[in-house]
Amino acid sequence: MADRAAAGLRAAPRAVPASAAGPRGRVEFRDVFLAYEGHDEFAVEAISLAIEPGEFVAIVGPSGCGKSTFMKLASGLKPATRGEVVVDGQRVGGPLKIVGMAFQAPTLLPWRTTLDNVLLPLEIVEPYRSSFRRERVAYAARARALLATVGLAGYEQEFPWQLSGGMQQRASICRALVHEPEMLLLDEPFGALDAFTREELWCVLRDLWQAQRFTVILVTHDLREAVFLADTVYVMSRRPGRVVARRAVDLPRPRDLDVTYTDAFSGIVHELRDRIGAIRRT
Amino acid sequence: MTPLSRRAERAAPWILAAVILVAWEAVCRGFRVSEFIFPAPTAIVAALVEFAGPIAGHAWKTFWTTMAGFAIGVAVGLLLGFVVGSSRVTYSAVYPLLVGFNSVPKAAFVPVLVVWFGIGTIPAILTAFLICFFPIVVNVATGLATLEPELEDVLRSLGATRRDVLFKVGLPRSLPFFFASLKVAITLAFVGTVVSETVASNDGIGYLMMSAGSSMRMPLVFAGLAVIGVMAMLMYELFAAVERRTTAWAHRGQAAA
Repeated sequence: MADRAAAGLRAAPRAVPASAAGPRGRVEFRDVFLAYEGHDEFAVEAISLAIEPGEFVAIVGPSGCGKSTFMKLASGLKPATRGEVVVDGQRVGGPLKIVGMAFQAPTLLPWRTTLDNVLLPLEIVEPYRSSFRRERVAYAARARALLATVGLAGYEQEFPWQLSGGMQQRASICRALVHEPEMLLLDEPFGALDAFTREELWCVLRDLWQAQRFTVILVTHDLREAVFLADTVYVMSRRPGRVVARRAVDLPRPRDLDVTYTDAFSGIVHELRDRIGAIRRT
Repeated sequence: MTPLSRRAERAAPWILAAVILVAWEAVCRGFRVSEFIFPAPTAIVAALVEFAGPIAGHAWKTFWTTMAGFAIGVAVGLLLGFVVGSSRVTYSAVYPLLVGFNSVPKAAFVPVLVVWFGIGTIPAILTAFLICFFPIVVNVATGLATLEPELEDVLRSLGATRRDVLFKVGLPRSLPFFFASLKVAITLAFVGTVVSETVASNDGIGYLMMSAGSSMRMPLVFAGLAVIGVMAMLMYELFAAVERRTTAWAHRGQAAA
């Protein structure tokens, strides 16, 4: 808890004390299948795994393996066809309100300033929604603090289209985090960025997570990204997507970018690479 | 872009118009074209000056008739666009009917309106309305219906209601579409008014042109055409300016960004 306070993101008091119900954000998949409407084949099948509160999980696999479907299941946007998804002991029946999401496209609203874009979730999600007018100044201060931690101080009043791609993605991540979700779902958030910006944003995400310890599910096709950021990497097979491997990443934290040049790091990346290669050959 | 080429760009439409007018005048004089067939620009200007009073009266009548029809068109267009675009069911239910309705020539509808409402202003207003609301509906509906799926996921995962999505994203997003449609709609509204006035009215520019044509006063007919053209162009520019001011974010390519 101490590092949460230190993160400087807690300008407004936390509305739901996390300590009351113990740490939250535990996700469990129990033999989950999902078929999209009009398709006989399952998009994902027989997925069973458990994600602990505060765990950083990465899902990797060849393209079209149902990684994004996995996200939709975890967030409750798509109901499981068979099996069940359980979050904090509750079976998921509809969209969860404790998640924040960010995608490859930043999907910021072009008519809102960066600050107003980040404030959007607070205008929608309870308990902030009902107090939004009264607490606007405090919330804006929180959003500014969050923007500052990702290096966007001074850009609050710019419009998204005046920012670079990397800056837009930072703002998008801020938007996903401003309502202090228990769970952050990221669907290839850095996929459209150049290599330097991507590594910069890895560190931004690492620091945010280190400070706040929400649960993260990161879907990516970048193995280095997965190994650098995650505690556990799951490898999915081609459609119908199954989890074919689970690899704990035991590299010490906090991790510096230099770790990506160590043998231990390369070893894990190679191991995952081989697994995916094996899937692609079949 | 250098200042010189920018100035050239701004002057280009005026230069082209002047060239066309001079060529027109030259053709009329050179081939001695009769004024009853195809009047020269100078003859048209002379008619404009000679009949300035009556033309102004008829133009004013046409103008406010058009604006009345346009206002109804905007109100109905917005409402229908809202209904059509806000749900997939209404979209698939209403859209084909609207397309069918739009392909009926509105000029063919004027006699029906005359039977219902008599000769005069009301059929003209209604024709202007009927002809101009369709592009507004289509644009507003399109703006509402083409929401990015990822954005919808973000909002739904926050527990946003359909109303939230509509007011926070749908409406602001469809504004540029709406303003773009206004530019098209206002010129169409002028068409509607004039068509109806030509067939079933005792005043307005359409009526003026009709009666001037039947007495072979071609310069006056062309003067009427010119007046309508200028009015429609001015209104188009007005809405184009409104569009640029209100939705700068959608025109960032041209802006200083």
